[in-house]
Amino acid sequence: MKAFTQLNGLVCPLDRANVDTDAIIPKQFLKSIKRSGFGPFLFDEWRYTDHGEPDMDCSHRPLNKDFVLNQLRYKNSEVLLARDNFGCGSSREHAPWAIEDYGFRVIIAPSFADIFFSNCFKNGILPIVASADIVAQLFRECFATPGYRLRVDLETQTVRNPAGEWFRFDITPHRKHCLMNGLDEIGLTLQHADAIKAFEQKHRAAQPWLFN
Amino acid sequence: MAGKTLYDKLWESHVVREESDGTCLLYIDRHLLHEVTSPQAFEGMRLSGRKPWRNTSMVAVPDHNTPTNDWDKGIQDPVSRLQVETLDANIKEFGALVYFPFKHANQGIIHVIGPENGTTLPGMTVVCGDSHTSTHGAFGALAHGIGTSEVEHVLATQTLIAKKSRRMLVRIDGQVGKGVTAKDLALAVIGKIGTAGGTGCAIEFSGSAISALSMEGRMTVCNMAIEAGARAGLIAPDEKTAAYLKGRTYAPKGADWDKAVAYWNTLKTDADAVFDSVVELKADEIFPQVTWGTSPEQVLAISDRVPNPAKEADPVKRAGIERALTYMGLTADMPIESIRIDKVFIGSCTNSRIEDLRAAAKIAQGKKKAANVNQVLIVPGSGVVKRQAEAEGLDKIFIAAGFEWREPGCSMCLAMNADRLPAGERCASTSNRNFEGRQGPGGRTHLVSPEMAAAAAIAGHFVDVRTLL
Ligand code: SF4
Repeated sequence: MKAFTQLNGLVCPLDRANVDTDAIIPKQFLKSIKRSGFGPFLFDEWRYTDHGEPDMDCSHRPLNKDFVLNQLRYKNSEVLLARDNFGCGSSREHAPWAIEDYGFRVIIAPSFADIFFSNCFKNGILPIVASADIVAQLFRECFATPGYRLRVDLETQTVRNPAGEWFRFDITPHRKHCLMNGLDEIGLTLQHADAIKAFEQKHRAAQPWLFN
Repeated sequence: MAGKTLYDKLWESHVVREESDGTCLLYIDRHLLHEVTSPQAFEGMRLSGRKPWRNTSMVAVPDHNTPTNDWDKGIQDPVSRLQVETLDANIKEFGALVYFPFKHANQGIIHVIGPENGTTLPGMTVVCGDSHTSTHGAFGALAHGIGTSEVEHVLATQTLIAKKSRRMLVRIDGQVGKGVTAKDLALAVIGKIGTAGGTGCAIEFSGSAISALSMEGRMTVCNMAIEAGARAGLIAPDEKTAAYLKGRTYAPKGADWDKAVAYWNTLKTDADAVFDSVVELKADEIFPQVTWGTSPEQVLAISDRVPNPAKEADPVKRAGIERALTYMGLTADMPIESIRIDKVFIGSCTNSRIEDLRAAAKIAQGKKKAANVNQVLIVPGSGVVKRQAEAEGLDKIFIAAGFEWREPGCSMCLAMNADRLPAGERCASTSNRNFEGRQGPGGRTHLVSPEMAAAAAIAGHFVDVRTLL
């Protein structure tokens, strides 16, 4: 998992509530044997005017010009600004995989669906819950200001707008530690690699046949 | 202090470390893999640049997607083929102790080949990205089904993050009547405690009727533990366990063997150990079972009648019965024996071992399938089972009866390959799940033992196998 410490990223405003995981990555992409390469299919049904299938070359597909991701001013954005209940629906981890693969590292919304929220942390994405007022202000500023960026700092748990105004967000110490150090669950477990090795040695001595 | 259960002993002997909230890092001895739940785990390893902690713990085989006939034509469905080829490539890259690719002489269902090769041993922790991993508990191994992200975790760290389950004892004493098999015991237990009866539990099966079972029968019982909602099923190892394992490829040899058997003998529940719950059944009260609905708990004895929803006072249960009867195309109060069938499937990790095939062949010997039965599939659990059956001439008995003798795999247990139950057709199946659409969209599944399945194939409807023995 990629570590996250800070970012001064271009913001993309996705002005809809209840964006579900099926909208984030439609179900036909779940047949895939991969966990990477979902970025081109992120928001597939909104982004393209044709029907997407796995393994398509998306560079030639007809774009829905009205969809925010397709607007030039939001190209290469890294912060997704969203509305209430982002990521509702199924528990599919393909949703954060697609978001991360596209290039987003931060999502700011007034609320998130539970499983999606925790899946983000497992995949190097920082989801930030901000008050409805703050989110409304960010949307206004973003629409009004081409090239609008936010400075997100995980260490101080702050988000700062171009005018220098800032707000603080909450995160559990455990999740903060994992994100800052790029530790997923596996990374965390591997911090105990010595304990695992020691156990393994003892186990091997007692039951060598398990290691044939 | 109270003694320990078998589950306690297996658990405690694998704890690497424990958090204050009881979450443990559990060391994993054996990691079984198949093509459906492993690709993203391997991909995750690749993306993070990790290597397997101990690739000699890995036993892998493609089984869900492989065809059971026309092997020379390869795998027709491109999605299936890609999953199988991806497993090939992943094992080539990451390694494994055992890999039987598609068409290998020893290929088969992962839960059949694990024990068959002696890669499942008493006292082990075994995981697989597959719920029926509980099968391996028949050897006194602690066997868990896990999800894909856990598959990756085990690949990378050789451990599983887990919390201890509650301990449940299912005790079956007494002697079963003729024609009553391990499958009937398993279905009767599920019928009694329900599909949620074992939720959050590791079930230990014991009692004289369980000890009397062969290893094959014990695997059938533990295989079905998951259908009772349990996290794991367990049976304490004994002389039969050792006798089954002796001489198998990866079983201990020489001095190790004696040491191993001595250790295995300690793997039993202490006399003064306490379980969180205990369920008792009497073997002589269990008769051949047939499921009539769309959940394994909707099960009755062959001599019973299909339930009548009108007699059910609880409105939720009544609606459940009505819904199942509609899906299954059955009428209330009809005798189970009068249910006519279209297909028979003898196979799956529940009932595809040599003993199961012998039992089915005994019923089919010298008989022909009924005219209304349009297909009887016999799918051995592995290449080894297939060759053994052929050496005993079982294939000839099946073919003479009009049954189809197939190549090994999961087949019509879940219909990921071409073997499917068409909508509306009714199947007597030796598999473990009768959920709506499990064997094919709209297909109707009745779970039974291999003997009962073979008898139904001959009669064209369910019959009490006891009348044929
Ligand atoms: S035989 Fe059926 S239950 Fe067993 S592993 Fe295969 S698909 Fe799963």
